[in-house]
Amino acid sequence: MATIIKVDNLSKQYGDFTAVNNLSFTVNEGDVYGFLGQNGAGKSTTIRMLLTLIKPTGGSINLFGKELTHHRSEILRQTGAVIERPDLYKYLSAYNNLSIFAKMSGIRVTKKLLMNQLQMVGLDKVADKKAALFSQGMKQRLGIAVALVHDPKLIILDEPTNGLDPQGIADMRNLIVRLCKEMGKTVVISSHLLSEVEQIATRMIIIHKGEKIVEGSVDELLDPSHTAVELETTDNTATQQLLQSTKWNNYLQPDKQLQLMMNKELVPELINELVDNNVQILSVNSSHSLENYFLSLTTQTGYVEAFAN
Amino acid sequence: MKTILVAFFCLTAFVSNAQDADALIKKVKAKIDLVNNYEADGSMKTNVTFLKVPEAQVKIYFKKPNQLKIKNEKGISFVPKGAVSINLNNIVSGNQYTAIDAGYDNVGAVKARVIKLLPTDDNADVVLSTLYIDETNLVILKAKTTTRENGSYQLEMIYGKYISFGLPDKLTFIFNTKDYKLPKGVTFDFDDGTNNKPAEKNKTGKAEITFSAYIINKGVAESVFQ
Amino acid sequence: MWRLLQIELFKISRRPRTYIAFIAIAAIVSIFQFAFKADGQSYMDLMMQSAKDEFTFDRIQAINGYFMCYIILNTLLIQVPILVALIAADSISGEANMGTLRLLVSKPISRTQIILVKFAAATIFTIFLLLWMAITALLLSIVIFGTGDMLVFRTKGENSQIMLITKDDVMWRYYAAFAYATVALTVIAALSLFLSIFAENSIGPIIATVCIVIVCTIISNINVPIIDRNVKPFLFTSYLVGWKGFFYIGTNADGSTIKGSLENWPAIRKSLMILLAHIAVIITASVIVFKRKDILS
Repeated sequence: MATIIKVDNLSKQYGDFTAVNNLSFTVNEGDVYGFLGQNGAGKSTTIRMLLTLIKPTGGSINLFGKELTHHRSEILRQTGAVIERPDLYKYLSAYNNLSIFAKMSGIRVTKKLLMNQLQMVGLDKVADKKAALFSQGMKQRLGIAVALVHDPKLIILDEPTNGLDPQGIADMRNLIVRLCKEMGKTVVISSHLLSEVEQIATRMIIIHKGEKIVEGSVDELLDPSHTAVELETTDNTATQQLLQSTKWNNYLQPDKQLQLMMNKELVPELINELVDNNVQILSVNSSHSLENYFLSLTTQTGYVEAFAN
Repeated sequence: MKTILVAFFCLTAFVSNAQDADALIKKVKAKIDLVNNYEADGSMKTNVTFLKVPEAQVKIYFKKPNQLKIKNEKGISFVPKGAVSINLNNIVSGNQYTAIDAGYDNVGAVKARVIKLLPTDDNADVVLSTLYIDETNLVILKAKTTTRENGSYQLEMIYGKYISFGLPDKLTFIFNTKDYKLPKGVTFDFDDGTNNKPAEKNKTGKAEITFSAYIINKGVAESVFQ
Repeated sequence: MWRLLQIELFKISRRPRTYIAFIAIAAIVSIFQFAFKADGQSYMDLMMQSAKDEFTFDRIQAINGYFMCYIILNTLLIQVPILVALIAADSISGEANMGTLRLLVSKPISRTQIILVKFAAATIFTIFLLLWMAITALLLSIVIFGTGDMLVFRTKGENSQIMLITKDDVMWRYYAAFAYATVALTVIAALSLFLSIFAENSIGPIIATVCIVIVCTIISNINVPIIDRNVKPFLFTSYLVGWKGFFYIGTNADGSTIKGSLENWPAIRKSLMILLAHIAVIITASVIVFKRKDILS
């Protein structure tokens, strides 16, 4: 499988502030690559560096096997992007917006092509309507049409569900899956919401304060051995002390009462042991959602090691 | 400049006490009186520091006793107001002046009789007029006038085929000009770095009219002078 | 490049603000024309105030289309930089404000191309603005007031001058003057474009451009020798009014004007060169700055 993006030791420094620090990752052909991190983690800066909007202060970026700065035009011709808000020329119609950006991408533009594209995102009926009159969801769809109109191999979507209603989010999700599965595109999608990405991404990276926390396939990251278990008992303090004196201490999350990170298969054993020790359990919540993991990572970086090992 | 016209009229009130000079002036006047009216083509050159105008094709109309009009049929022309005094009739008509013989002087190659006219009225604007007269042809070659308020004026005439009517082929009118100033702040002008030093005070301007064709005593409509 | 320029011009043509400039010019010109039709003689009297004791001339003939255009340009070319800035200062900042800049820069177009195309579009807008001025201020004035010999009033150092250009010697001077004004206003367009790189909305660069033009114009018009020698030559605004040089007619030794002549062509040529140099420097600086800029909008 070909490597579409290869980033090595990428850094961006603004004075004393390090936005991105020695970041390395690879995106393969056909991946839906989740780019995750909280707001301010450095996702947008990285994505902007991939699109030559921001100049890196260190490291290298290769796209389609070529160095970005030296083959900029060639690379960008095969890349489509929606960066944060899908802002367009408000005083122009959907059709004209699409036409302008299609021409800028260097392709031959026909009415049929543009209308097909608008139809794909469900905007063919409002092709002549000014973008200023569009809802956020419609703008987002038009943005996607703009990103796709020149048939790029790589699509970069920076927070594509921002400001969308639940239906819009679902539509976007379906579109991304289609792009990848049916059209064979490689998609990079950044988000601060893991729940969104975990459903569609095949591989992902989590970054925090400009540094890579973890990178891998979603299947790996959703491995049941990394289940978060949360207990509630009649006497939480006593139960916590009890667990600290046993092997379960290894799974306890520091600074959090009765929260453990462990293989899901160990949950019955834990419950049995607690019952044997006369602990009265009120509830047990276990979750392997990446969201939990993500939250724990970003609030407590120390857990990374547990996961990474 | 307007006053020059008035000033020359004042001369008419003067009394002569130099018979010789007086007689010559009378002869000159008689010749001038031959022309009741005329219409002439001419070209006018104006040389004044603040005025940059092209040589203009003009028509000059005259009607006795003192109506004179210079017109540019094709465009705009700037006519010095004092130019009405090129009507020599104004200078020598009447006799309320004292004519003093001042001998002879050369105007170009021509020997001319110099006669000074002093107004008898002490309050007159004209202080002194000096005429240079060609005694043979009975025409004025040059006239200098000094006024109290408006500086000096000078007329120089070169005669040709209309000498029998006392009408010049070429006339030069030299006069004093003031500075021309535009109201402040109406223009933002291009400073091309050329000399912007204030010019000297008491500048003189010059208007030169070359007459090409006179139509004499064939009548001129009154409407021309309106 | 041509395709990009077409896109840029299309965008400009679709923006309502583009037409503000054309409406403003038409309004100012028609106010002038109305005022002079109604009471042009008073203006003429004011201008001739200090010469009317010595000379007579035909005031009615003096107010004609040629004269009107000069008077209008004299006033308007001080305000038109604002109108040029309205569009040119929006070039980059407007895109940043709308959020389209990041999309534009992530397309396979070099940043140098973006600046050059934006500059070309602003220049074409400036040309159209001047054509519009030519139509309204010159052609329409000719229709309303007719043609005739043209009077030009000029302040030159301590003194003033009245120049008269014959009817058949005027039009080529206007062609040249409009061409010069295009270059002069293109400097403003370049300056606005440069400033627009630094801002994320167009108000800042518009105000900055206008302030620079006003401050420099004021300094250019302070008649103090030390400023004349040491400051004025370095202000581009000193050269903006160079178009007037085409109406400063040359004279012969007799003081009569020479048809088809210019009083000081080398000075006009030098001004033109200085303005062109300004454009080259500002656009080069724009390219350099824009190429280095991180697009964070």
